[in-house]
Amino acid sequence: MLKKVLFMLWCALLSMPFMGIKGGAYLFLGICACYAVFVLLSLVFGKIGKPSIPVNTGLLTLLLMPAAVAFPFIARDYYTDVAILAGIYIILALGVNIVIGFSGLLHLGFAAFYGIGAYSNALLTTNFGLGFWSALPATLIITSTAGLLLAFPALRLRGDYLAIVTLGFGEIIRLVLNNWDSVTKGPNGISNIPSPVVFGFEMTSLTSYYYLVLSFVLLAAFVVKRVYHSRTGRAWLSIREDETAAEAMGINTRKYKFMALTFGAFWAGLAGALFASKMHFVSPESFTFMESVFVVCMIILGGLGSIPGVLLGSLILVLLPEMLRDFQLYRMLALGVGLVLMMIFRPEGLIKKGAGVRGQGAA
Amino acid sequence: MILEVRALTKVFGGLKAVEEVSFRVKQGVVLSIIGPNGAGKTTLFNCLTGMLTPTKGKVLFEEKDITRSKAHEITAMGIARSFQNIRVFGSMSVLENAMIGQHCRSGKGLLAAVMGTRGFVKEEDDIKARALEYLEFTGIAGYAGTLAENLPYGDQKRLEIARALASEPKLLLLDEPAAGMNPQESLALMELIRKIREWGKTVVIIEHDMKVVMGISDRIVVLDHGVKIAEGTPDEIRNNPQVIEAYLGKEEVF
Repeated sequence: MLKKVLFMLWCALLSMPFMGIKGGAYLFLGICACYAVFVLLSLVFGKIGKPSIPVNTGLLTLLLMPAAVAFPFIARDYYTDVAILAGIYIILALGVNIVIGFSGLLHLGFAAFYGIGAYSNALLTTNFGLGFWSALPATLIITSTAGLLLAFPALRLRGDYLAIVTLGFGEIIRLVLNNWDSVTKGPNGISNIPSPVVFGFEMTSLTSYYYLVLSFVLLAAFVVKRVYHSRTGRAWLSIREDETAAEAMGINTRKYKFMALTFGAFWAGLAGALFASKMHFVSPESFTFMESVFVVCMIILGGLGSIPGVLLGSLILVLLPEMLRDFQLYRMLALGVGLVLMMIFRPEGLIKKGAGVRGQGAA
Repeated sequence: MILEVRALTKVFGGLKAVEEVSFRVKQGVVLSIIGPNGAGKTTLFNCLTGMLTPTKGKVLFEEKDITRSKAHEITAMGIARSFQNIRVFGSMSVLENAMIGQHCRSGKGLLAAVMGTRGFVKEEDDIKARALEYLEFTGIAGYAGTLAENLPYGDQKRLEIARALASEPKLLLLDEPAAGMNPQESLALMELIRKIREWGKTVVIIEHDMKVVMGISDRIVVLDHGVKIAEGTPDEIRNNPQVIEAYLGKEEVF
């Protein structure tokens, strides 16, 4: 209890430089009120925080699917645009989740694979006149290979050391994109990237692109879920839990770490390609270290290793800043405070994967 | 001979953790390795299972040289182990832990999983069925859906054994399985080890609990300061003056 009050005071103090003494005091009272509501709710509904609420994901999907399909017709164009971005981030986060969430390899340079995917798509389509679809296989092969190549030096390391090396890798890729003028056109970026064409129909409208991204999101979620519930998924989890024991139980940990990085980079590449053809423009600015951190925040917020958690976390972190646009000044602060609050009150993320969900039920 | 260790030496910097240790293990016996703390027992285990590479000497498993093999390869050949400090996969279910043991006895890859092929579904069902068998064998099948970290201590130790058994080893290495157990739990453990032996598996255990060691071992190897000082049947070891002096200090312990 004391710890929580102290934490609130700390939050208030932290915000004083931005909001003044009065603002800080209001913030303190605000957080206190939120916490009081939280405590009250837990008294009424039993412990909300502790046991994970049993969610029937199948039923939930069934309920949410019509909403997702009808979305562009209900929402304004602006929100469809945001939803497309959210979809792209979901695919990226699913990839990162394989590496960090499943296999426990703290990778802080995923923006690099995202960038490689986007630039591969941009270069292949603008230079060689390929369409989105004909460029896609090459893009995916290139990003997966990049993932594999990074794995060679990186996987000799564990934990924090791996984080530093991958962080460095992310920066190297960004600098290459920024400075290799003859190919990437440097900071000016590459423009005029064509839209994908499906059955002779060019997907220039937001609505059509929304459906393209939605189908890719569904595909990614389906594939990742299948792999998660397989022998490969179990091997990844065991490496996260205890690498030494995993090796002793007959798992070729090196091979599975390679697979995780390659497979993760694959989805990042897909997300990058979708991003490039959506924006019709790519520049190195879109693939900074902040981007990597942002995606890691998504999966941590949602719940490390949980697929519905990744979806939820990405949606929240893309939508929240957009919804808070009216409070320009404070939105990053709000986001930061939100994440810190999360870590204190629910460190396992919004959706905690429950016991018995895996292994017992769905095969 | 299922296992043969020839003049095995492991040096860490200036410290000789294991020095010129040789012994043989016959098919179907229970062999205990005893010795005071720091005698090099666990280091020896790590060398046998490929987690450490010996400095000198050889390890032969079923007449094959496995000295330089990787840990996962050795498990696939048929040696499984448990750990002194529990190393179950905490946030995976008990059943999943046992299913991991089946990893090296199955082989369906990524693509089969994504397509959900008939072969994949069948293999998963088989893995699950077999994992459950091993949980039942060790008496923790009732916990199948629980997270491993939520099991009581003794049952986590059992889970380690179940997981090791699930890799279908010919030789099982147990590192202090009775450590931290109360007398009833140790008795149950001895029963379990006997059952494993009756099943035709060879067991090598490191153990401090003399009741357990004397109760189940066919042979005992005694290490002290990395050197093998005695080997024999429990009776021989019990009466060996060198062992009593170096390891036990007092005779009453037996």
